[in-house]
Amino acid sequence: MLYREAGQFKASYKEDQQIFPIRQDRVGMAVILAIFFLAVPMFASEYWLQAILIPVLIFSLAAIGLNILTGYAGQLSLGSAAFMAVGAFGAYNFMLRIDGMPFIVALILGGLCSALVGVAFGLPSLRIKGFYLAVATLAAQFFIVWALVKFPWFSNHSSSGVISAQEVNILGFAFDTPVLKYLLTLAVVVVLALLAKNLVRSTTGRRWMAVRDMDVAAEVIGIRPMRAKLSAFAVSSFYCGVAGALYAYTYLGTVEPEGFNLDLSFKILFMIIIGGVGSILGSFLGAAFIVLLPIFLNVFMHSVFAGSLPAGLGSNLELIVFGGLIIFFLIVEPHGLARLWTLAKDKLRLWPFPH
Amino acid sequence: MGFFFEVLIGGLLSGVLYALVALGFVLIYKASGVFNFAQGAMVFFAALTFVGFQALLPGWTGLEEGSVMVFWLAFILALASMIVLGILTEKVVLRPLVNQPQITLFMATIGLSFLVEGIAQAIWGANVRALDLGIADEPIGWILDSADMIVSSFDVFAAALAGILVAALALFFQYTKVGRALRAVADDHQAALSIGIPLQHIWAIVWGVAGFVALVAGLIWGARSGVQFALTFTALKALPVLILGGFTSVPGAIVGGLIIGASEKLAEVYIGPFVGGGIEGWFPYMLALFFLLVRPEGLFGEKHIDRV
Repeated sequence: MLYREAGQFKASYKEDQQIFPIRQDRVGMAVILAIFFLAVPMFASEYWLQAILIPVLIFSLAAIGLNILTGYAGQLSLGSAAFMAVGAFGAYNFMLRIDGMPFIVALILGGLCSALVGVAFGLPSLRIKGFYLAVATLAAQFFIVWALVKFPWFSNHSSSGVISAQEVNILGFAFDTPVLKYLLTLAVVVVLALLAKNLVRSTTGRRWMAVRDMDVAAEVIGIRPMRAKLSAFAVSSFYCGVAGALYAYTYLGTVEPEGFNLDLSFKILFMIIIGGVGSILGSFLGAAFIVLLPIFLNVFMHSVFAGSLPAGLGSNLELIVFGGLIIFFLIVEPHGLARLWTLAKDKLRLWPFPH
Repeated sequence: MGFFFEVLIGGLLSGVLYALVALGFVLIYKASGVFNFAQGAMVFFAALTFVGFQALLPGWTGLEEGSVMVFWLAFILALASMIVLGILTEKVVLRPLVNQPQITLFMATIGLSFLVEGIAQAIWGANVRALDLGIADEPIGWILDSADMIVSSFDVFAAALAGILVAALALFFQYTKVGRALRAVADDHQAALSIGIPLQHIWAIVWGVAGFVALVAGLIWGARSGVQFALTFTALKALPVLILGGFTSVPGAIVGGLIIGASEKLAEVYIGPFVGGGIEGWFPYMLALFFLLVRPEGLFGEKHIDRV
């Protein structure tokens, strides 16, 4: 009834190729954006903005990055957190060393640094695949974090590599309150997510998917695997890098290389598994899920055990629940939460008269 | 020169420990094509379970604390738990995922490693526990006297144990009926099925054997550096070992382990000072990475042929 495409005719190629071809999707998207841009800043408390919404947005961006590489181009990576670190430290150094560097430019340059590093560590993907590659990306993870700690230049000679993000200032306007930081993060994430959504349905995206599904066959039909794989590494690392810079500038304020450890990489991987491998929407759902789950567990545990909480059980429970969920999702719904939305859409199409 | 050999031998002996962990990976990969990321977690679980039982048993049975009886009882109980864990894994996690892409299985074992780590700590607690195998960790006298090198007796014991384990496994694979079935399954699942080898049984056995290897590795690691969560990170070092040695080769795991162990120690001592030290953490991975560029299938791995 509400979600029916009947009567929406596509009279030109342009209409056929729209990013949201169904009117209800366009309206829905506009409503969601309006809610997040207007309603949320008005009503959300500071805690919600700082502890939940901003991290969810930032991790969504990182998850989109990993999803481009793993979900679309089929190259498993365990080094996403390291690429985030490169983005964060890159943006920090551009802000620090160039006078009057605009924040947005520093953000993009940080992302580009990360893209360069990503291409360098993506080179082995030309010869190796699958979990051989996953192990190779572990090299990136350990090496980058080590380099950021050991070479004090990166962190401007602070002890153990801790950096404090400078003030964010765009065209003389300071983004210093949680609401403003949230809006800035949201704007960046929305723009990049739309770009990603478009990118994966373009020639580039189709090349990635061809390489993912069978690289030899893709090569036979004239796709250059080298270009496809390296571009996937570059774009993916760019997204992770920008996410890392936002992580430092709008979320934590103070970051250290050790914060971008293997655990964070795994977390981002879990986000795309639970959200949906090969889906932009899934990246958002997965990020929200993974950020909210520990908070929910914490609240739940406190209400059940009320004070008599055995020490350390909380973090163990988190591990168990995370691990269990991953296995559960891979067995029951390998396409993740995003698949649930697709199913709901099919139901909605016929609702309320399914026959 | 004595110093060089001392570092080299120390590295080789710690490489034996990596090799022990890598061995567990190879066994499972050969038989079921699953890259079991949870092997490190299994090592941790095994060591923790052993220490836990060792502490509990005197209270339960009235046996004397630290006696040989307690050691073997704890060993048997820990081994039983490892076998149960392995069979459960096979039944609950892997069977529903049959015929899925290998990458999916790999990600499932990442989930499994979190699960196992969480359960292990929820049962036995997260404290660092000491594990005493009753073998002294001190320099062997006559080597110190004659060649002026420090070689720990414990390391030599660990190496000998690893050697015995590998030899036993080789004999088991070569001369027993189950071993032959295992090799058949590793060669070709469908052909093995068609001549009546029960695939599910074989997988359960393989997971059990991998659990046994994990227990031995866990005991040695645990005795060396205490049973603690960091064990799971050390186990990650087995991954470059596998890449060097090839995923499907038992001798590869041993040789790869020795190379990784020796090269990381030598690199730390001879290259480390120039770049600020601490390169032990990533050197094996980089080494494996460059090695992959030259020989993607590892030292002893099977050459991979792509077919469209």
